Amino acid sequence: MSSHAASGPIDHHHDATTSTGIPNKKLFMWTFLASDCMFFGSLISAHVVYRVHPPAGSPDPRSIFSIELTSFSTFILLMSSLLMALAVNAIQKGNVRSTRNNLLGTIFFGLIFLACQVYEFQHFVHERGLTLSSSVFGSTFYTLTGTHGCHVAIGVLWLILMYIRSFKPVNADSSRKPWFILSIVHFLVFAVAVVLGVYVVVELAHQIQAPGFALGAFLGGHVLALVGFLASMAGLYVLGRQSGPVDFNESHAIDVESMGLYWHFVDIVWIIIFPVVYLLEYI
Amino acid sequence: MDVTAKTDFIGKDSPASSERPAIFTRPTAKTGLVSWLTTVDHKRVGLLYGVSSLFFFLVGGFEALLIRLQLAVPNNTLLSAQLYNELFTMHATTMIFLAVMPLSAAFFNYIMPLQIGARDVAFPRLNGFAFWVFLAGAVLLNVGWFVKSGVPDVGWFGYAPLTSKAYSNAFDGDMSTDLWVMGLQVLGVSSIVGSLNFIVTIINLRAPGMTMMRLPVFTWMTLVTAFLIVLSFPAITIALVGLMMDRSFGANFFEVSNGGLPILWQHLFWVFGHPEVYILILPAMGIVSEILPCFSRKPLFGYPIIVFSGAVIGLLGFGVWSHHMFTTGMGTVATAAFSLATMAIAVPTGVKIFNWIGTLWGGQLQMRTPMMFALGFVWMFMIGGFSGVMHAAAPADAQQQDSYFVVAHFHYVLIGGSIFSLLAGIHYWFPLIFGRKVSEFWGKLSFWVIFIGFNVTFFPMHFLGLNGMPRRTFTYDGNMGWNSANLIATVGSLILGVGIAVYFAVMVYTYFKGQRVGRDPWNGRTLEWSIPNPPPEYNFAVTPTVHARDAFWYEKHHQAEIAQEKAAHAQEEESHGGIHMPSQSWFPFLAAMSILAGSLFFTNHNFLGAICGGVALLVFVYLWAWEGPGGYHLHVDKDGNLIDEKRGGHSSH
Repeated sequence: MSSHAASGPIDHHHDATTSTGIPNKKLFMWTFLASDCMFFGSLISAHVVYRVHPPAGSPDPRSIFSIELTSFSTFILLMSSLLMALAVNAIQKGNVRSTRNNLLGTIFFGLIFLACQVYEFQHFVHERGLTLSSSVFGSTFYTLTGTHGCHVAIGVLWLILMYIRSFKPVNADSSRKPWFILSIVHFLVFAVAVVLGVYVVVELAHQIQAPGFALGAFLGGHVLALVGFLASMAGLYVLGRQSGPVDFNESHAIDVESMGLYWHFVDIVWIIIFPVVYLLEYI
Repeated sequence: MDVTAKTDFIGKDSPASSERPAIFTRPTAKTGLVSWLTTVDHKRVGLLYGVSSLFFFLVGGFEALLIRLQLAVPNNTLLSAQLYNELFTMHATTMIFLAVMPLSAAFFNYIMPLQIGARDVAFPRLNGFAFWVFLAGAVLLNVGWFVKSGVPDVGWFGYAPLTSKAYSNAFDGDMSTDLWVMGLQVLGVSSIVGSLNFIVTIINLRAPGMTMMRLPVFTWMTLVTAFLIVLSFPAITIALVGLMMDRSFGANFFEVSNGGLPILWQHLFWVFGHPEVYILILPAMGIVSEILPCFSRKPLFGYPIIVFSGAVIGLLGFGVWSHHMFTTGMGTVATAAFSLATMAIAVPTGVKIFNWIGTLWGGQLQMRTPMMFALGFVWMFMIGGFSGVMHAAAPADAQQQDSYFVVAHFHYVLIGGSIFSLLAGIHYWFPLIFGRKVSEFWGKLSFWVIFIGFNVTFFPMHFLGLNGMPRRTFTYDGNMGWNSANLIATVGSLILGVGIAVYFAVMVYTYFKGQRVGRDPWNGRTLEWSIPNPPPEYNFAVTPTVHARDAFWYEKHHQAEIAQEKAAHAQEEESHGGIHMPSQSWFPFLAAMSILAGSLFFTNHNFLGAICGGVALLVFVYLWAWEGPGGYHLHVDKDGNLIDEKRGGHSSH
């Protein structure tokens, strides 16, 4: 399936090798998303059943949620879908550089969403006393939004792997550069940057609200994490400068597009979760 | 996979990959253990499914015999109440998830690609993965036999709050219910992954000319079943996730003391559970729709109606789940609606039965062994269907709920229906798969013993149920009026056991010593009979072109035209590089084994180990993506003999 490029531009909406013209991977992803619809449908229903018939002693969601923060993260997730769409468009035109930039943007926005969720969970547990076992509301809320968060995290992981994949050199097998090792290093550096970055930002968000907050003291207290984060970012910059012809082009558009379908779906699920879970009492 | 026939691939396979590091050297063994562990051939995966499901069929049958022995006489003390609970739980779970579903999957894997003229499924490595994950789930469910906790004992539908820690843990750290929760989730992954593959295969890998309304009915039922699996398993997964959160992390999904609703479990479970019964019966209906026309020497009567009926059954199957819950007090409107929907589903089922009778009508019936089982299916399934319609009436159901009447009903549809049909399918396709045929005498003998044993076992249960004997009771008093019927049922179950033993003995004998048969022994009409037996690795030397619904029948009656067409296609495929074959891989097996390891740690509440399993899974999936689909090309001459084989990657993933 690799020799499309030899015969001119690729038709991204028709695959001549299948009975229907729909690429196998796309059909697979559509069917999987249908399955995932039922998955989230059941999960959201379970939450709503307990919201509509709350057992005695259930907390009032209005006293727990922070609509402003969640609105912000919802907006960010929506915008990440825009970048994802731009990434798909770019690779369909064979523009690897633009694809990479848009993938990085999608990853960044996805991470903001995840960081907001981590902050929100910690905030609810420590400040509002809502835990997995404190009430049915807590159980279904954390399971539902946590499952969605896992979907976003898997999406981010996939995006990162696709980003790294875009650096695979032509003839990676015969070239002397150990591309396999390089890609693992690239992934590990990326993972360190993500974990430390999210950690520092969430810590900052928590402490900035505390009385007597001083930026200097905060930076001093997290110097190791900050240095690690900056070092890994520098590493990412260096690794991202690799030049030379790559084995990543229009023929891989279907892989990026399948990933995009997943990302958009997870986004749409949140568009349903946000009003149903967070805004229900205000409607 | 029919890729090369149509792409512009010009056949420049790169030389053998001797310079690559060891981790990327793909396994190439064609025989021995490694060849089975790394296989991506849909026929081998089908055989793996078949052998393991038949093993678990015997295990489940053995559990059933123990249950019947315990109930043979009143106040029996053969089994303890605890062991009895474990046995009926494991009997049902094993038969549904480890015997009937994977045996259907074995036929999906082996037969379906052959029927649509494909060389493999759409994602060969994912197919292997689905099987190994299935095996992981089977191990999880059964590992309890060998540890202190014991096997699950909560019933196959695990009603809350029986599954809560307070009721199901015999001692601190009892993990029998955790094994059940995790095992079913893992099996769900396997079923969904496998079904996604089948859906893409049927929709996208059909041979040229094989339109949807030319698909053999078995393939159609595979498609409908796959959609049912994909859309219904998420519901039980959510129920199980909720339960897992309750048991492992102290959540309150079904924890009554903190406001959880046990009824929610029932709804989520049956939203899955009712489509599940169609997942068990639709493949059986597909198999019978292949066998009846073949041995009636007639085309299937009313093909489009049969196909649409199957699809309608699948659709309605999602709207009837609450008939399992008539006695929970849902209210009049809901009860009436679900009652009506349940009766409505009898219509497409009845339509199918009439079409099968229409197929038999005026045919030249050949009473071969597969035909006997298929006819047994039609009759026995009807009896099960009739008692099913009786349950649809909510007032009657209130009497029958949780009684042996229900036990009789679902054994008539599951044994008389699914199992009879699957046994028929084994007989029918055995010559294709192994090139040998079962002796008619022994085949028919096993049929009659099974048929008699089955009816003697389960028919008396109708009366037991109407006389008030509840299901899942480990013993009963002698003055209830249940003694003779129970004894008859136990005798029947022993006869059934003998029948199954004969059936398997005959199969094993035939595999080694049976009469050899040539191509197309039944004078069939679908494409799987057009290839030599046992089928070559590449299935079709030339991808067939389909001109009519009974594709192979058409070929037989247009031989000159077809020969010309095949010669042209063979040349075309050769100019595109030959027959494209997928490369074998270790990673489906390794990924599935990391799921098994992680799940075992999780059920032991060793979360560090569980995380390690997850990381291992990630690594193997990464390497899986890394190595790419690979592939190599085969070249055959016009008689189908292998000329030479070029291996290497045009792996571009």
